[in-house]
Amino acid sequence: MRLMKQFGQWFDARLQLAQPIRETMEHQVPSRSASWAYVFGSGALAIFGLQIVTGILLALLYVPSAGEAWNSLQVLNHQVSLGWFIRALHGWGSNFMIAIVLIHLAQVFLFGAYKFPRELTWLVGILLLLLTLGMAFTGQVLRFDQDAYWGLGIGASISSRVPVVGPWIVKVLLGGPIIAGATLSRFFALHVFVIPGSLILFVGIHLLLVLKLGINDWPMPGRIVRRSTYVREYQELTHRDGIPFVPGAIGKDLVFSGMMLLAVAACALLLGPFGPSGQPDPTIIQTAPRPDFFFLWLYALLSLLPPSLETPVLLIGPAIALAVLVGLPFFSGEGEKSWRRRPIAVLSVLLVAVGLGTFTHMASHAPWSPVMDAWSGQPIPAKYLARRTALQRQGALVFQAKQCHNCHALGDVGGQRGPALDAVAVQLTPDQLVRQVIQGGGNMPAYGKNLSPAETAALVEFLETLHPAGQAPARDAARTAIGASQ
Amino acid sequence: MTRRGMLIQIGVLLNGAVGVALAIPIVRYLLSPVLRERKPGYESWISLGSLDRFPAGQTRLATFRNPRTGPSDGVTGDIPCWVRNVDNQKLQVFAINCAHLGCPVRWFPQSGLFMCPCHGGAYYSDGSRASGPPERGLFEYPYKVDRGTLLIDAGEMPTPGAPSARLVHISGRDARCA
Repeated sequence: MRLMKQFGQWFDARLQLAQPIRETMEHQVPSRSASWAYVFGSGALAIFGLQIVTGILLALLYVPSAGEAWNSLQVLNHQVSLGWFIRALHGWGSNFMIAIVLIHLAQVFLFGAYKFPRELTWLVGILLLLLTLGMAFTGQVLRFDQDAYWGLGIGASISSRVPVVGPWIVKVLLGGPIIAGATLSRFFALHVFVIPGSLILFVGIHLLLVLKLGINDWPMPGRIVRRSTYVREYQELTHRDGIPFVPGAIGKDLVFSGMMLLAVAACALLLGPFGPSGQPDPTIIQTAPRPDFFFLWLYALLSLLPPSLETPVLLIGPAIALAVLVGLPFFSGEGEKSWRRRPIAVLSVLLVAVGLGTFTHMASHAPWSPVMDAWSGQPIPAKYLARRTALQRQGALVFQAKQCHNCHALGDVGGQRGPALDAVAVQLTPDQLVRQVIQGGGNMPAYGKNLSPAETAALVEFLETLHPAGQAPARDAARTAIGASQ
Repeated sequence: MTRRGMLIQIGVLLNGAVGVALAIPIVRYLLSPVLRERKPGYESWISLGSLDRFPAGQTRLATFRNPRTGPSDGVTGDIPCWVRNVDNQKLQVFAINCAHLGCPVRWFPQSGLFMCPCHGGAYYSDGSRASGPPERGLFEYPYKVDRGTLLIDAGEMPTPGAPSARLVHISGRDARCA
C-alpha cells in the first residue's frame, strides 16, 4: 500500500494532475441536480466508450474493400470465436447510443438547460447529435450488404437533387461515377477517423463546458433566467444547497451507465448481430432495401410526400430543423426553465416524438411498397372464388397474372399500395371499373395496352363479385332508369 | 518593430503561405472524382453481347462490367440494365435505378410494368412513368448496334439530379461518341 502511494507520488510530482482532478471531482453541484433525470449524458458517454472499444476490435478483422468487406463480415460472424458477439455489441451499441442521445436532447430541452449561459453547450450538443447520426449512416454503409448498397444509391439520389452542385456532390460522396470500392473506402475513413475524431474532440468541449458553467439547476416554476442575475443566483444556489459531484451525484450516473451497458450486452447476446444481408451485388435485383431502424422515419416520409413536394422538403426541411435547433438558445435564452410553464415546448417534444414514432411504425410494414411476389405467392382467399362462374374465375386468374394483387389486397393478403378491393363492386359501377382498369389514374397505371378486351371483361366480371353479403353492387342509376322505362 | 516581433510575423506569413500551397493540392485530391476534364470521361461504349440475346418484343435483364473498375471493386462493378427490343429496329436500354431514389426496378412482362420495391414507383414498358413517387420515366442509356452486337454508352450511376449525365437526351457529348 505504501509502495503504491510512493508510486503515485512519483508520477504526480511530474504530472501534477492530482489536484485539478480532485477539484473537478469534488466541484459543487446543486443537490437537486443529482437526479435520475440527469444521467443520460453519462449514459451516452459510456456507450460511446463501448463503441470505440468494439469498433477497434472489429477493425482488427474487417477489410474495407468493396470486394472483401462482405466476406470479412461472414468470417467475423461465423469463423472467429465470438466475432458475432463483438459485431452485435457494436450494432446494438449504435442503436442504444442514438436512443440515449435523443432522450438526452429531449431532457435538456424540457429542463431549459440550453438557456443562458449554456448556449454553447447546446450548440456543441447539436453538433454531437449530427455526428452521431453520421456515425449511424456511415456504419450502415460499412456493413457492406444489399441494404448498404441501395442505401447509398438513395443517399446519392437525394444529394443529386441539390440545385446546381448536386451531381458533383454525388461524385465526391461516392468517390467516383458509381457505388464501388472508392465509396466504401471513403465511408470507412469517415466512420473510423473523421467522425470519431470529431466526436472525441467535441465531447471533450461539451464536458468542459458543463464543468465550467455548472450542471443545469433543477428548473423551478417561477425561477426566471435573466442574463444579468443568473450567474450570481446559480453560485448562491450551489453555495447554499450544493453537494460535491463525487460522491454526491456520480452514483446515479454510474448505475445508469452500467445498466445501459448491461442492456446492450443482453440485446447483443439474445438478439445477435445485424446482418449482413445479401452480397452487395447490384445484379441481384430481387431485393427490397430497407434502411436501419433510425432512418425508417425518413423512408416513410419519402414514400408519403407528394412527388412535387419531395425535393423542397428534402432540401429545405433539414435546413429549417437545424436553424430552429441552432437558433433556440438565442431567441429563447432567458425566461422560464420549467416544463410546467412551457406548454409549447412540451407539445413540440410530443409532436416530434409521435411523428417520428408514427413514421417509424408505418415504415416497419411499408404499406406503400408493392408486394413484389403477391401475384405468384399469395393466392386469392377461397371465399372469393367459391360458387363463381367460369368467367368470374377467369377474371380472378387475370387479377393474379397481371400482378393486380401486388398493389391491391383481397381478404388482407396482397399489397397495400392501392386500395383493398374487398368491396370494390359497391364503390364502382362496371363501367367505372372498366375505365379505371384501362385508363388508370389516381396513382394507378393504365392497363389498356396489356389487357385484351376478353381479359378486361373477365376481370371486371370478377371484381363485380367483390361486395359484402347483403350489399348490392353499384349500378349506374341512369341506365337502370332507362332499362325500367323500356 | 523589434527583431523578435518581425521573426514572429515572418513565421506566421511563412506558415500561412505553406498552408495555402498545401491546401490547393489537398482540395484537388479531394475533388478528384469531379475534376475529370483532363482525363477521359467516365463513360464509354460497352458491349451487352449479341443482339440475338434480346428477342423482339421482349424486355430482358443484361449486366455489364462498369468501365473504370478495379479488382477492389468486387461485384459492385457489375451493373444490371433492362434491354427492351421493340421490333428489331428500335431498342431501349433502361438503367436499373428507379428515377425516384435509385432502387432496382423489376420488370413484370405479364402486366407490362416496371415496379420499384422501395417506394412503389411504376413505369410502363417504354419506361415512361406510370404511377408512384417518381417525377419522370426510367433513365435510358444511348445504344448502338455494331455488327450484331448491342453497345451502350454507360459508366455512371444515373440520379434524379443528373439524369442525363451520360444518358440520352443530351446532344453534345453523345454526338462525339456516336
